[in-house]
Amino acid sequence: MTLDVARLRADFPILRREIDGHRLVYLDTASSAQKPTVVLDAMDQLYRQSYANVHRGVYTIAEEATTAFEAARTKVAGFIGSPDPHQVVFTRNATEAINLVAHTWGRANLQAGDVVVLSHLEHHANIVPWHMLAAERGIELRWIPLTPDHHLDLSGLDQLLSGATLLSVTAMSNVTGTIVDVPHLVAAARAVGAHVLVDACQAVAQMPLDVTAWGADFVTFSSHKIYGPSGIGALWARRELLDAMPPFLGGGEMIRDVSTEGFTTNDVPWKFEAGTPAIAEAVGMGAAVDYLTAIGMRAVREHERALTAYALDALRDRFADRITLYGPPDPDDRGGVISFLFGDIHAHDVSQVVDEAGVCVRAGHHCAKPLMRVLGVPATSRVSFGVYNDRDDVDALVEALGRAERFFAL
Amino acid sequence: MSGLQDLYREIILDHYRAPRNRGELPVPPALKVEGFNPLCGDEVVLYLEVVDGVVADVRTGGQGCSISQASTSMMSAAVKGRTVDEARTLIRAFKALMSIHESKLEGGDGSDLADDLAGVRLGDLEALQGVVKFPVRIKCATLGWNVLVQGLDETAP
Repeated sequence: MTLDVARLRADFPILRREIDGHRLVYLDTASSAQKPTVVLDAMDQLYRQSYANVHRGVYTIAEEATTAFEAARTKVAGFIGSPDPHQVVFTRNATEAINLVAHTWGRANLQAGDVVVLSHLEHHANIVPWHMLAAERGIELRWIPLTPDHHLDLSGLDQLLSGATLLSVTAMSNVTGTIVDVPHLVAAARAVGAHVLVDACQAVAQMPLDVTAWGADFVTFSSHKIYGPSGIGALWARRELLDAMPPFLGGGEMIRDVSTEGFTTNDVPWKFEAGTPAIAEAVGMGAAVDYLTAIGMRAVREHERALTAYALDALRDRFADRITLYGPPDPDDRGGVISFLFGDIHAHDVSQVVDEAGVCVRAGHHCAKPLMRVLGVPATSRVSFGVYNDRDDVDALVEALGRAERFFAL
Repeated sequence: MSGLQDLYREIILDHYRAPRNRGELPVPPALKVEGFNPLCGDEVVLYLEVVDGVVADVRTGGQGCSISQASTSMMSAAVKGRTVDEARTLIRAFKALMSIHESKLEGGDGSDLADDLAGVRLGDLEALQGVVKFPVRIKCATLGWNVLVQGLDETAP
């Protein structure tokens, strides 16, 4: 079940661009995905035909906009296997979703001395909100370390989880591509009565996801990484937790009643959606979900796995020990993300030179500075694959890296 | 590859492959100053020894991209042996060179920066002009210079 990448590429208008006469080889989907025409059309259609504010108008287009908005919520819920669309809260992105949990559930349930367990793989979005809580009320942060081949080192998991209130962990690393065994971690956390938050940003774009099978309490992800527009994301959570959590932002939409004396909150999920939402963006996110559902996430996973295997082999064959590849060696254990260091050439310079060939490679710390410290490097280069990438793209990358090597001839 | 040739002039690559004035100085009497480029992990360490208003010695350290390290190397060669006033004039001139992009973004044509550049012999530093075509890299080029400013402000305010 291989993807017809040539056909899929045609769905993405931006991929027709040329950079200095070279075709655009976009290898930074882990940072943000490109958008297919169905997503662009869905948003454009809404604005052209059915745009109005949601949840407040009685007139026809207000009904249409509200229906479209809530239909998008239902699509997102279905995509992640949520039994109930009311468990999906629209946020601005995954970062906001994690902050929402930290500010509401976190403030209500984490006191001084309580323990939150993170891992060395985490993105800053799943680190900084907990640092902020630590500074505010003295919670203790613990860190699951890594094995030499960049899996989570679970040998000390029991000690780390002992007395913990929350385990907050990524399902797939945006740097090493490591796929984390979420059900295993959830079981270990449950055994000590800890709650679990899963950062699913990379995983939701690359593999079938079922929040019920995972058994976690909170799952967060963004639209812009699943081929939807930026500016919208989602928090999925257990219904009883959402019911108990105090509201996040205050304003219109999230209230039932407001008077000069106070206010009461709306039902879940709207309790957490203050103000006019990103209406067109939600519709776009729903269209992206439809697009991926039509392709099939199992097919996407196989595509990512095969392309990653091809890339790892190609890079090793061509550059041998002149390239350092991070992440688990077995493509079965990792998603379509490869971070690397190329000889003595700084990641920034690699990106600059390969850009001349139209190849987009990310350079930097990838919002994972603690991980960079663990890897012992200030920055890495990173390539990542989407549904529109194929072996030609990998070949173009290898050629461009060869040129960079000659250019810097260190 | 004309764009790249603008950015990576041969002299820049030369300074990157063989950075000048690498090393350390005893602190005190020298001063150690450090700077980071948080976006990409460039790091510059400077050891500065100022005696009687003259930059008597300077050593550089750190790691990072070719632009940040080459710019720092070229800077060290340019300021070593100069008076502090001459060094500050050079810094202003270099920053003016790098600011031309920003000035044009604000609708100017860079002519207001001409004063800072007038009469200053930039020498090898001219090679870094190409950086302004790659705005994201300007911070790489100016990192070492900002560290120098920090150091001069501390030793010779």
